[in-house]
Amino acid sequence: MMKSIADKLERQLPRLVLAPTVLAIMVFVYGFILWTAWVSFTNSTLLPKYEFQGFFQYVKLFGNDRWWVACQNLAIFGSLFIFICIALGLLLAILLDQRIRCEGAIRAVYLYPMALSFIVTGTAWKWMLNPSLGLERLMHQFGFTGFTFDWLVNSEMSIYTVVIAGVWQSTGFVMAMFLAGLRGIDDAIIQAAQVDGAGLPRIYRCIIIPSLRPVFFSSIIILSHIAIKSFDLVVALTSGGPGYSSDLPATFMYAFAFNRNRLGFGAASAMVMFGAVMGIIVPYLYSELRGKKHA
Amino acid sequence: MAALKIENIYKKFGSVEVLKGISLDVASGEFLVLVGPSGCGKSTLLNLIAGLETVSAGSIMIGDRVVNDISPKDRDIAMVFQSYALYPNMNIRKNLSFGLETRKMPKAQIQEIVQKVSTLLQIQNLLDRKPSELSGGQRQRVAMGRALARNPKVFLFDEPLSNLDAKLRVEMRTEIKRLHQRINTTIVYVTHDQIEAMTMADRIAIMKDGIVQQFDTPENVYDNPSNRFVAGFIGSPSMNFMPAKVGIDAGQAFLIMDTGNGRSHKLTVPREISPLAPWNDREVIFGIRPEQITEDTKRSRETGKNNIINCEVQVVEPTGPDTLVFIQLNGVEVTCRVHPAAARRPGETMALQVDMSKAIFFHPETGERI
Ligand SMILES: Nc1ncnc2c1ncn2[C@@H]1O[C@H](COP(=O)(O)OP(=O)(O)O)[C@@H](O)[C@H]1O
Ligand SMILES: [Mg+2]
Repeated sequence: MMKSIADKLERQLPRLVLAPTVLAIMVFVYGFILWTAWVSFTNSTLLPKYEFQGFFQYVKLFGNDRWWVACQNLAIFGSLFIFICIALGLLLAILLDQRIRCEGAIRAVYLYPMALSFIVTGTAWKWMLNPSLGLERLMHQFGFTGFTFDWLVNSEMSIYTVVIAGVWQSTGFVMAMFLAGLRGIDDAIIQAAQVDGAGLPRIYRCIIIPSLRPVFFSSIIILSHIAIKSFDLVVALTSGGPGYSSDLPATFMYAFAFNRNRLGFGAASAMVMFGAVMGIIVPYLYSELRGKKHA
Repeated sequence: MAALKIENIYKKFGSVEVLKGISLDVASGEFLVLVGPSGCGKSTLLNLIAGLETVSAGSIMIGDRVVNDISPKDRDIAMVFQSYALYPNMNIRKNLSFGLETRKMPKAQIQEIVQKVSTLLQIQNLLDRKPSELSGGQRQRVAMGRALARNPKVFLFDEPLSNLDAKLRVEMRTEIKRLHQRINTTIVYVTHDQIEAMTMADRIAIMKDGIVQQFDTPENVYDNPSNRFVAGFIGSPSMNFMPAKVGIDAGQAFLIMDTGNGRSHKLTVPREISPLAPWNDREVIFGIRPEQITEDTKRSRETGKNNIINCEVQVVEPTGPDTLVFIQLNGVEVTCRVHPAAARRPGETMALQVDMSKAIFFHPETGERI
């Protein structure tokens, strides 16, 4: 009798232990996704209202200039950020892979930015790029008085400062991934190619880089989700300014939902972002899981 | 003409000297096997020949050129790696043609060569697959095909069969040998497997600790090993070594063997092989191969000059064609190879005939041949 209760308990124990986490995730992640979806179909302002109003928030959203600036910025930021991070990360990884001295130290230097939060990165770059404090002033002090670098306060260019800071932060991580990929390649393959008469550029172009395809794939996925959810970097670096010239969808959503008390409108933009992220993540997970089954 | 000539090569990695003065010359069309235990520097030597590493001292000649400062691609060699090292992102056709494309060979000619090589190695139906879709044996063939396609002056093989299972290894061994007879190109083949070395080689170089111990034909290496290491390394089951005291009686050398139970026996050494004169009353290492200790037959009694010992059988291992019988002589275990029908059971006493005409002797300290 006692034994069967103990048995039962033992069988149920894992479920009991996991239950609070599962419950919390169900409520605070999936529950609130559904809640946001509902709110996006209402005319909520400061406080949520629950009567269904159809798609009018979405219609307004897609008619909003500022939203399109944010989307365009995301496209610029996302594509440049991903492209430069991968190009630079791959280049650094290849250089580091040449068995140079103090590799460990150099690798650590490139990886350290990863340990900072985007807020710190943003703030540091804000100072460095500020025309009256940072780089421009420094160059003036060196005597290059003609030097100007005012991207931070130039509404045409401000989004590119976000790219600079983002790249600075994430390149080291991409480099580490590529370095691991490069180290995973059998030395004999490179030797075989040398004996086959290929020079180093051809070896990299035809053999090594093509066989890093999985690393490219993971990098793009990881970087694109960093790009889409970028929020803190913009807030710390430009606060979306000058004006709203460097807004991203995430800062747009925050500004409308919480600063301008248009909860329903903010929720609609959040749902559009959610859809975009799912569009990237779902095919990725699908191919990953399918790949596992094959292996 | 020598296709490959290696003169007094040294190689250091940092302060570690891996190769210590290697000299070899390989005739055109010859099949040279470098054999030795793991870590003795075989791959390093092969990489030096290929130009993947640079020598610390000494010179390498391929054909009539010194190639010390020539890059791998201009040395006119092709190499087959232990891990096969196929290009993972390319299909088999591309793997075969990559080296030719790098050399800017016309397309039509490349196609012709790929066709020829893949037919020769029977991999025509694999051409559109990726290396990851091939079995070990098929990858091995592709790796050889990639080398063959280049038609180089010297082929280098680095333990190409060691990742295959035993049966396939034996098959590929024969196949490589047949291939060599067909194309007749110089081959330098590295292995740690002495059977591969014995079966494939025209000449064998046995290496240990970065030094060539002996460089000779398989027959000579087997019958006339230059030291105890070579004698023990070549041959399976391995040669028997036992310490034995030399006696000389009326100009005739003999060895005193303790056959157990306090009995001893004098094995006479044929005069023509007896370099033992200076060793009277001293101990040497007596080496004899298992097949030279066999059952006592009538014929052997006539020719054997009374070198018959009676010993207690300790262990019996049937191998099929022969049975291995283990006995004790001078306190060490000795393997004898006898006809299965003649083998006695453990614990019984067996009369064994020792063929002393092929006995060899080693210095007890240096291990050098006496
Ligand atoms: N690149 C290297 N750096 C340092 N030591 C090496 C290097 N390559 C080989 N060695 C050393 O040289 C010795 C011989 O290696 P190797 O030629 O690969 O042996 P084998 O092929 O006979 O098993 C080993 O002790 C190995 O540790
Ligand atoms: Mg090796």
